[in-house]
Amino acid sequence: MLFSADTLVPIRLTLELALVTTVLLLIVGTPLAWWLARSRAWWKEAAASVVSLPLVLPPTVLGFYLLVALGPNGPGGALASLWGARTLAFTFEGLVIGSVLYSMPFVVQPIRNAFEAMGDRPLEVAATLRASPMKAFWTVAVPLARPGFLTGAVLGFAHTVGEFGVVLMIGGNIPGETKVLSVAIYDYVETSRWSEANALAAVMVVFAFAVILSVTAIGRRLGHITE
Amino acid sequence: MIDDQTIEAVFRGRLGGFVLDTAFTLPAHGLTALFGPSGCGKTSVLRCIAGLTRIADGLCRVGGDTWQDKTTFRPPHMRPIGYVFQEASLFPHLSVRRNLTYGAPHKSTAAGVKPAVGFEETVDLLGIGHLLDRAPAKLSGGERQRVAIGRALLSDPRLLLMDEPLSALDAETKEEILPFLERLHARLAVPILYVSHAISEVERLADHLVLMNEGKVLAAGRLGDLQSDPRLPLALSRDASVSLDATVEGHDSTYGLLELSVRGGRFLVPAPAGCSGEMRRLSIKAGDVSLSLQPSSGSTILNILPCRILSHTRRGEHEVVAVLGLGSDGMGAHLLARMTRRSWTMLHLGDGQPLFAQVKSVALR
Repeated sequence: MLFSADTLVPIRLTLELALVTTVLLLIVGTPLAWWLARSRAWWKEAAASVVSLPLVLPPTVLGFYLLVALGPNGPGGALASLWGARTLAFTFEGLVIGSVLYSMPFVVQPIRNAFEAMGDRPLEVAATLRASPMKAFWTVAVPLARPGFLTGAVLGFAHTVGEFGVVLMIGGNIPGETKVLSVAIYDYVETSRWSEANALAAVMVVFAFAVILSVTAIGRRLGHITE
Repeated sequence: MIDDQTIEAVFRGRLGGFVLDTAFTLPAHGLTALFGPSGCGKTSVLRCIAGLTRIADGLCRVGGDTWQDKTTFRPPHMRPIGYVFQEASLFPHLSVRRNLTYGAPHKSTAAGVKPAVGFEETVDLLGIGHLLDRAPAKLSGGERQRVAIGRALLSDPRLLLMDEPLSALDAETKEEILPFLERLHARLAVPILYVSHAISEVERLADHLVLMNEGKVLAAGRLGDLQSDPRLPLALSRDASVSLDATVEGHDSTYGLLELSVRGGRFLVPAPAGCSGEMRRLSIKAGDVSLSLQPSSGSTILNILPCRILSHTRRGEHEVVAVLGLGSDGMGAHLLARMTRRSWTMLHLGDGQPLFAQVKSVALR
């Protein structure tokens, strides 16, 4: 049997990690995207560039800094000491933090674009109809930016599923804790267990295909709505 | 002048590369047109009143409430306004019905307080009943703009602001919407501030006028007064005309003529019968009024009215524009008459002189 318990554990772990990361990214990324789309602060683009750094940085560089930050002497270690642990590196929580930073641009960028594309007018209209900024945000901005949210969520999820370098640097290879799909495939190849590697790789190919197809479909819908 | 019944607006300062320097006070009733060429700052003034644009040196008081002064700035959602944008700007994700009710006061919070216009009445007034369940994308340009007007009205505004609501529409659609605007104006008590660069809309709709040019207010006052003020560009323009509010007096069914009275005079206009006492608007072009010293009897011209010349101005090299007061005492409504300088000199015309205005054509709305 190709999908033994051995191969299912990393799949489950990966889905869990991607789900938690995506939810956190939507919570953190939405206000950030809103600010990037609407603020006139001069340092806004500098902030946007920091968010986008993972697009260009080698994952090992990001992983290295994260390792330092999550380790016993970094802020991650200080955080971990709150519940009596020594470090956040090589834990599931550490992986979540790393994934959030690593996948951030893939979520923030489409949401920011969607907020920018709608322009000021819908919000001005809402304001002249007595909608508070909060009401205008939830009843006008969010529904109009829905395709952006969908694209961001799908990309954030997919990108987290596919990450390898950062995980290797800060997560290592602890089964059931940090051994996600991409690492597991690497591991199977290293130990010459080709059939398991093959099965997991095939899962990834199907998954990637589904992601790209759905992003395209969302893009088409976006064009349809704004028309 | 500052009391409960006025709108006071002062906005001074730089907006981008543009300098705004405006101050005016308006009565808080009827329709006031903000009129001027494109780019003269009309829309900026409207946005400042709505609070959508914030200018540091501004003062805005509406009906006794301060919306902006040195220490106050009410954000737009705290101002009881309705705003109709140049493009309808309906929410594309909501049906027509939900667009209309978006700004409507909630029943629970407004218990006992009835809005000035109800949902049914608004829908009826604007003729949009059959569109309620459609998506905005499925409407024509004119339908969209009517829904936008209805949406603004249903937010129960104390001041309705309209920013060139017709300018994005083609001529045919404009004609489709203008009657709705006229009905709105006639039926509703809410004051309207209407930005336009089309004099034809202003002549048809406005009671009051704020005349703007290059960020400044040239004049503000009653429409007829400003149209017939020879110091202002309106009276001297090629298609200068004066709008008069007239009362229907009767109808001559033999010849199909409607009899209307204005201050100091009466007009006969070919038109179907109307209810006696009904108000109608007449528009008379300066070029359609000629002057004669005698009440010529052998003329095909229908409307010949006694009047006096109140003042006159040269228009270019060859023409003179005269301001006339209707009635033999000249105390009635004002008209404009344009003639050649030669005629003016040959007839020895002058201010104060009693004579007769021959009105060749009267446009009736």
